[in-house]
Amino acid sequence: MNLLELSDLTVARGGVPVVQRASLSLAGGEFVGLVGPNGAGKTTLMRAALGLVEHGGQSSLARMPAAQRARHAAFLPQTREVAWPVSVEVLAALGRVPHGGRMQAADRAAVAQALARMGMEPLRTRNVQELSGGELARALIARVLAQETPLVLADEPVAGLDPAQQIRTMQVFAALAAEGRGVVASIHDLGLAARHCTRIVVLDRGRVVADGAPMAVLDDATLAGTFGIRAYRAVADGPVLMPLSVFP
Amino acid sequence: MKTVIALSGLVLVLFAASLLIGPAAVGVPDQLRALLTGEGEAVVLVMREIRLPRALLGLMVGAALGLSGAAMQGYLRNPLAEPGLIGVSPAASLGAVLALQTGLAAAFAPALPLAALLAAGLSVGLLFVLAGPRGGALTLILAGVALSALAGALTSLVLSLSPNPFAVAEIVFWLMGSLADRSMLHVWLAAPVMAVGVLLLMGTGRGLDALTLGEDAAAALGIPLRRLRAQVVLGVAALVGAATAVAGAVGFVGLVVPHVLRPLVGGRPAALLPVSALGGAAVVLAADIATRVIAPDRDLKLGVLTAIVGAPFFFHLIFRMRRGLE
Repeated sequence: MNLLELSDLTVARGGVPVVQRASLSLAGGEFVGLVGPNGAGKTTLMRAALGLVEHGGQSSLARMPAAQRARHAAFLPQTREVAWPVSVEVLAALGRVPHGGRMQAADRAAVAQALARMGMEPLRTRNVQELSGGELARALIARVLAQETPLVLADEPVAGLDPAQQIRTMQVFAALAAEGRGVVASIHDLGLAARHCTRIVVLDRGRVVADGAPMAVLDDATLAGTFGIRAYRAVADGPVLMPLSVFP
Repeated sequence: MKTVIALSGLVLVLFAASLLIGPAAVGVPDQLRALLTGEGEAVVLVMREIRLPRALLGLMVGAALGLSGAAMQGYLRNPLAEPGLIGVSPAASLGAVLALQTGLAAAFAPALPLAALLAAGLSVGLLFVLAGPRGGALTLILAGVALSALAGALTSLVLSLSPNPFAVAEIVFWLMGSLADRSMLHVWLAAPVMAVGVLLLMGTGRGLDALTLGEDAAAALGIPLRRLRAQVVLGVAALVGAATAVAGAVGFVGLVVPHVLRPLVGGRPAALLPVSALGGAAVVLAADIATRVIAPDRDLKLGVLTAIVGAPFFFHLIFRMRRGLE
């Protein structure tokens, strides 16, 4: 049984197709990097998969009742907005909302584990509105982890983080996949995606144009055709991919 | 929890003070005996027909405004939102003004609050039509602003066309908001409507908490946003409509009280709901006592007092916010 099944997912906005017949299935143990240029439809694909926007085609998530879906898939939106001056701990505990009722021991354990995983334990009583951008991003990821879902959808989780935190965050997602859960993360840094994801899906103008093992998918033709760039490749404890120049 | 207990104590003290403070020169033991046992004719009349409804209405109106302010700010994720934003308060005022102007209120006492409630209900219906079934927070605010403007304009129209200067004066004074000269009838009219509002808003805590993360994240957390919006709007409308129907427009309470109490509950919208209700009750009870103590022989209006105290308080908040930003 796959964790996520999208078939011919289509979203149009004002008559213009944003996502066109995208199909994707994801099993436990996979960390999928969703890459593509700005405006390729990465965010819309995730929102449609969750049933947050009207769409054609099928999404296994969108078909679920809302409460059940929230226990199956956690979503990290791209905008890092927190309306109220709550503490990091209270923020992470919002991940327990789908698990209902008052906070039990299991809920508190999930929150503590999520905070520890993101290295937010020392900051847990801090007001989130006084955190740095990177700390806030990690607190929000901790919320997603506290939700303890088999599937995680994260929209640009590493944008704005420093290199060490970017690598740590990618390793956290890779570890979730190693535990048998599934992760889909949209990401602009092709080097990070190539190195840490188990699979890459390339989106171009709303269509899935490539899907497979990272270095096989990110070949010269795809980089040139979809991104308009040329890249350097090497191997050093894993694949290395460094964008070099833009085609004129 | 400590905050809830402390505020409950404060509300209790203020409620007792509201019962016991007034122009009738009677000792406290006599007042209490009259209230509880019904012995001593004139005093019983004062306590049961004048002071008790006034204190009860202060409690109810304040709690309604505080609770609906907290719910509105939580739903719109904006600390500057206030319950009047959805246009219910101006609509209820318009209904009351029409009842005064047509003489209905003079002929049949409950006509004024009933007309206000009716107008509030109509305005909520219009609000839902304007904001549409799928509309987010922004369309709701725009529809509320449009309705407020319309109701305000119609109120001005009634005032400007009124042939009777005494009626105009009566209307203007009513619009300022007051708890003076209300009866148990007002309590019985407002109580059921407010109870419905409280029940609706009590179920919104989880959804408001989840909205801290934004609409998309809340929806992905399994919160039915459309139902949440309907619950918040109807709950706020019932509370504010009933409050305006019996007390007129009492401003600033729904805006300032949740804002001030928010840090005490660690910013959590669900925890703020009961705390803000208690805070609102305390503020309105205190302000109503103040109108009696400051100018016992004049009719100082409650709404005027809350605005005069509330506005500078808001200045203070703005300065504090600026210091935090700079």
